[in-house]
Amino acid sequence: MASGVKPRVKVPKSASAGESVTIKTLISHPMESGQRKDGNGNVIPRSIINRFTCEFNGASVVDITMEAAISTNPYFEFNATVNEAGDFKFTWYDDDGSVYEDSKAIAV
Amino acid sequence: MKIKALAAVTAALIAAAPLAMAEATDDQLVVNGDLEIVTQTAAAAHLEGSVDEVFSGWKFRDEGTRAMQMDDFDNPGMIFVDQAREAWAAVEGTEGKSCASCHGEPEDMAGVKAVYPKWNEEAGEVRTLTMQMNDCRTNRMGADAWKYDGGDAVNMDALLSSVSRGMPMNVAIDGPAQSTWELGKELYYTRTGQLELSCANCHEQNYGNYIRADHLSQGQINAFPAYRLKNAKLNGVHNRFKGCVRDTRAETYKEGSPEFIALELYVASRGNGLSVEGPSVRN
Repeated sequence: MASGVKPRVKVPKSASAGESVTIKTLISHPMESGQRKDGNGNVIPRSIINRFTCEFNGASVVDITMEAAISTNPYFEFNATVNEAGDFKFTWYDDDGSVYEDSKAIAV
Repeated sequence: MKIKALAAVTAALIAAAPLAMAEATDDQLVVNGDLEIVTQTAAAAHLEGSVDEVFSGWKFRDEGTRAMQMDDFDNPGMIFVDQAREAWAAVEGTEGKSCASCHGEPEDMAGVKAVYPKWNEEAGEVRTLTMQMNDCRTNRMGADAWKYDGGDAVNMDALLSSVSRGMPMNVAIDGPAQSTWELGKELYYTRTGQLELSCANCHEQNYGNYIRADHLSQGQINAFPAYRLKNAKLNGVHNRFKGCVRDTRAETYKEGSPEFIALELYVASRGNGLSVEGPSVRN
């Protein structure tokens, strides 16, 4: 289990209907690639976040597959068009089966 | 004829070289839309004859790097500040104390970063913030000292910087600290290594110019600890000094050595008047 994992999300508190809002997400995670070796020459096992999704009121906004080459503390910024008030739900899936979640409400 | 023209162009280029110093950007650094950071100001009195104005390293970085520092969410250094916030409240050592037991909230330490390194009367020495932290850890908390410029120490340094952001650097260079400051000044102007370069050769005489692909700054440390994109972590001042001295192809002093403490005091005093800016983002 990767330690010190903490998701962070930035979503505007309100928007006008039909407006495109910018969403920023960041999760602190070592993203160990599985390619590195420790001081004794043993391979450090891979431990990354392999999938990130964002849903708005149940509808998928983005669904991202991540690979081992992505660097530590992955950051995503994307736009979403908001037609109604609701909740953005963010989910990160770890290699070790852990799931990290966060959600943010937006008013219209 | 052509050769002559070319020579003239070259001469013009050489003559124009000092103008390249104007390459520091005119942009203003405002963090989170409301915290104004002084990144350019008149030099302290003791710098008369060497530089007229002092610039934060932020002024010399490219637009993308500068933008990352303008919003705490985009500043990867803030991840480490959050980690230090947890360490601040964590009880460690035989005395059953945390930083918070004595000092309260990290925000109560606002202004501390701006005056370090600072003379400590009781110990009879100039102390950096890291030395003071380790003094607290070993004597008050009964915990192990942190490795100088190791992750834990630099992260805590970043937390203390972040709560002092926007305040002007104001280290004292007179009184009992003066002899240390003089030593630091001597080191700053001493050429080291096979390349025979002093700090001043790059950061005083050539800031704004390029050394190969690197845009030379004034080497100010008001913005430390710095998150460097090249190693994806926060970097301490002594660590940076070590990198620079190594690049002159010299044997370096160690982090936490008396030489680097003196140099830190001197370099910090060169930035008196600039805002505390750490954790900053650099390349």
